[in-house]
Amino acid sequence: MRAFEYVPAKTVAEATSLLAEKGDQAKPLAGGTDLIVMVRENRRQLDRMVDIKDLPETNVLSYSPDTGLELGAAVPCHEIYADGAISAAYPGLIDAAKIIGGTAIQGRASVGGNLCNASPAADTIPPLIVLGAICVIAGPDGSTREVPAEQFCTAPGQTVLENGELLVSFKIPPPPKNSSSFYLRFIPRNEMDIAVVGAGASVVLDDAKTSIVSARISLAAVAPTPLFAEEVSDSLAGKEISDESINAAAEAAQAIASPISDMRGTAEQRTHLVGVLTRRALNGAIQRVKEA
Amino acid sequence: MPKKVHVQTTINGEAVEYLCEPRQSLLEVLRDVLHLTGAKEGCNNGNCGACSVILDGRLVNSCLVLGAELEGKSLETIEGLAEPEQLHPIQDAFLENAALQCGICTPGFIMAAKALLDQNPNPTEHEIRYWLAGNLCRCTGYDKIVRAVQDAAQTTS
Ligand SMILES: Cc1cc2nc3c(=O)[nH]c(=O)nc-3n(C[C@H](O)[C@H](O)[C@H](O)COP(=O)(O)OP(=O)(O)OC[C@H]3O[C@@H](n4cnc5c(N)ncnc54)[C@H](O)[C@@H]3O)c2cc1C
Ligand code: FES
Ligand code: FES
Repeated sequence: MRAFEYVPAKTVAEATSLLAEKGDQAKPLAGGTDLIVMVRENRRQLDRMVDIKDLPETNVLSYSPDTGLELGAAVPCHEIYADGAISAAYPGLIDAAKIIGGTAIQGRASVGGNLCNASPAADTIPPLIVLGAICVIAGPDGSTREVPAEQFCTAPGQTVLENGELLVSFKIPPPPKNSSSFYLRFIPRNEMDIAVVGAGASVVLDDAKTSIVSARISLAAVAPTPLFAEEVSDSLAGKEISDESINAAAEAAQAIASPISDMRGTAEQRTHLVGVLTRRALNGAIQRVKEA
Repeated sequence: MPKKVHVQTTINGEAVEYLCEPRQSLLEVLRDVLHLTGAKEGCNNGNCGACSVILDGRLVNSCLVLGAELEGKSLETIEGLAEPEQLHPIQDAFLENAALQCGICTPGFIMAAKALLDQNPNPTEHEIRYWLAGNLCRCTGYDKIVRAVQDAAQTTS
């Protein structure tokens, strides 16, 4: 591993200026479960790692039914699913937080790192998208800007972040009445693997819980970036809950997926999985509303 | 070349100071600088759990932590478990149940089991198996390890 400098930042302003000074030769370090491996394997060379996980702003974890969830970018998965109120409000995010690696990985891996690493197969990104998460970004000039989760990743490993910018936190709106969310993935093992395909869904149902008021669907590992199936989602609005409406959405999702073949699966298998997993994610979210 | 970092930390209850290069992992610092060779290097990329240690109460892979990150933290390693005259109950349970053969995975499994029992003194078999999913063993076939953890839970709770 090439030598680099390690600097723990004490404030957001210090972090962004430490990053900006070195341009693309500096990277933030959160849990390190992607970054340390990448640098060790020489897939990324750096002059400086800026540790951003001891800042108050990247560690917030606060939920209220009125204002929603503020989730610091560096909060490890383990802390998120240890919180009962957050688990009840955002079950789709918890589905993903609980399957990233094993226990030791979840003690370090953050949702912010999962998003910024920008893998098309990242498990927390579809839940962030279907829950309407907004990414709060700090810049080196003291500015902040907000980007919706579905616009954050621009290519495999690439994001909207400019040199010197830091993802500080997520703002996730409070769950509407009669709503829930669900995420699942297909892997050939029971745990400790990367998604062949992943699917997340959130739904809002009417009071009778027989039809869909609105829905959001997002897919992992079937396009260069995590995919927000916007038109498919919109087409479910106002539909009665039935095999027919769910199957139609699953087929429409298959039509917009553009998977590749690689060692984890063929394009054909992935397209098939998009249908199965979209159906299960939607039905899973609907079931959770009915059981609540 | 970036200069070495001076780290003051607590390891197994004792104050420890060391110098390390920023690129050295905690696993390298433990083994090569501090000569605590209980944590093992299997994969060096987070997949095998042989390097498991408990950092501020949380199970982590020491190969995915930088030695420089330890400033002001508290670390537990396998070396801190036994009393001078007595093994820790989890260590006893591993011996009693023959839960090891070559032993390279054992320190990692024991630290992972300790982290589990610290927060959940009576885990189900299912909980034990999921908790230990990040620790690989190529000898035992896992059943004996799971039974050892169940036994240790009985004696410690
Ligand atoms: C054994 C193993 C199993 C894994 N299993 C899974 C899995 O099942 N599913 C899955 O999705 N992933 C998995 N991963 C990948 C990884 O654990 C996750 O992507 C994790 O969420 C990354 O978070 P982190 O805090 O460790 O990020 P880091 O490694 O610290 O950072 C990741 C990237 O994001 C950047 N970054 C981090 N924080 C910020 C910030 N606040 N602002 C700007 N940039 C930032 C870093 O510079 C780096 O480029 C696995 C990894 C390992 C080693
Ligand atoms: S050596 Fe750290 S997980 Fe394998
Ligand atoms: S005892 Fe040999 S790897 Fe587990």
